[in-house]
Amino acid sequence: MWIGGSLAAALFLELTPLPEGWNVWRPPWVLLTLLYWTMAVPHRVGVAVAWTSGLLVDAATGALLGQHALGYAVTAYLMLRLHAQLRSFPLLQQALTMTLLLLPYMSIMLWVRGVAGHPPGSWSYWLPLVSTAPAWILLTVVLGRVARLRPSGMRAEHPDV
Amino acid sequence: MVVLSLVSLLLMTLDQRTSLVAPLRDGLALLVEPIQRLAGLPGSMAVRLREDWAGRERLLADNRRLRRTLRELRLRQQKLEALEAENARLRRLVGAAQRLAPQRVEIAELIAVDLDPYRQVVLIDRGSLQGVYEGQPVLDDAGVMGQVIEVAPDTALVILVSDPSHAVPVQIPRNGLRSVAAGTGRPDRLHLLYIPNSADVRVGDQVTTSGLGGRFPADYPVGVVTAVEHRPGEPFAEITARPLARLDRSREVLLLWWRSPQDQAPARSPVPGKADGDPAS
Repeated sequence: MWIGGSLAAALFLELTPLPEGWNVWRPPWVLLTLLYWTMAVPHRVGVAVAWTSGLLVDAATGALLGQHALGYAVTAYLMLRLHAQLRSFPLLQQALTMTLLLLPYMSIMLWVRGVAGHPPGSWSYWLPLVSTAPAWILLTVVLGRVARLRPSGMRAEHPDV
Repeated sequence: MVVLSLVSLLLMTLDQRTSLVAPLRDGLALLVEPIQRLAGLPGSMAVRLREDWAGRERLLADNRRLRRTLRELRLRQQKLEALEAENARLRRLVGAAQRLAPQRVEIAELIAVDLDPYRQVVLIDRGSLQGVYEGQPVLDDAGVMGQVIEVAPDTALVILVSDPSHAVPVQIPRNGLRSVAAGTGRPDRLHLLYIPNSADVRVGDQVTTSGLGGRFPADYPVGVVTAVEHRPGEPFAEITARPLARLDRSREVLLLWWRSPQDQAPARSPVPGKADGDPAS
């Protein structure tokens, strides 16, 4: 399944080691991939899929169980509300909107970390917001190809990719 | 959406305060383990490539050096064994509790993945199937690295001594002064807490585990004091130390199996325990 495969690849990107000092810039790959599919095929990827993937990310990164699940579910919900408009945006505008869409997610994560007793304690926590827009453009190009490879289902819903 | 949010909140609370969701966590950890290992490959492959390309000359030199070190260590080991026996005898004489040597030591490898840039946590390739337990001390060849905080069937999470939420009970062997070494979030710095301004601590002092608290065995090196600042008007001095373990560079770590004196205490009256333990034989 393409969607599952792309999510696994995103988790790989989320975990694979980056050179020292680069990892604070890492965009939330899994979330962005989820958002892409929510936008492209909202009838198949929605809040439930996002929540489940979040749970897996929690287990993979050693975070509190439910932390990413909550953040992903809320963001996917927002995406579901907005997907019709977002789809008609030009790519650059889409990418910038993603940055805004990530704000509630980042705030929820920050809050959970604070409550759990390990706040990041540094402004660099917000750096992924900067890398989100380029990451989104990259994802759209790559996943757009993937969606085109698949004959049915996705294309009917999202013919212009 | 609302339901799922509530479920996540519930899960987080349970995970933070209890161990009820541990089985769920184990299952999920098993599911994501292949991806974790895959994600660790680029890091370990880089190292392996470097090793493969190391010249013959360098390998030979390494070999010579290692053999020399081994000889020296063996020599010292002989001396140590004699000392240990003597120490045990003397402790028996004065009626002090025996210091325990670890019962088993095993090498685990780090899985080179970035987990959370704001926590000092690493993933190792041993888990509950290999007998790893929560709270287990983790060392490298130079000093204490941290302890296991979460065990999955095949992997485990280790929190490093430098994590801001981690603290080790320590002492300064030079004068027996006790303190707590708390992490600061930076891999090269620990804070020594609750040392009075008037205490005799100098830059360069060794800091070792004190064995209080029962998590870490006593007398393992933790760090070296790097700065002492007396603050007039404050009850405690500001003392920083550098961890001896190479927290950000070690690829292999040592897992220690040992029983703290507290756990040991009930086993000390051997007769009833033994009778209960193996009725078959």
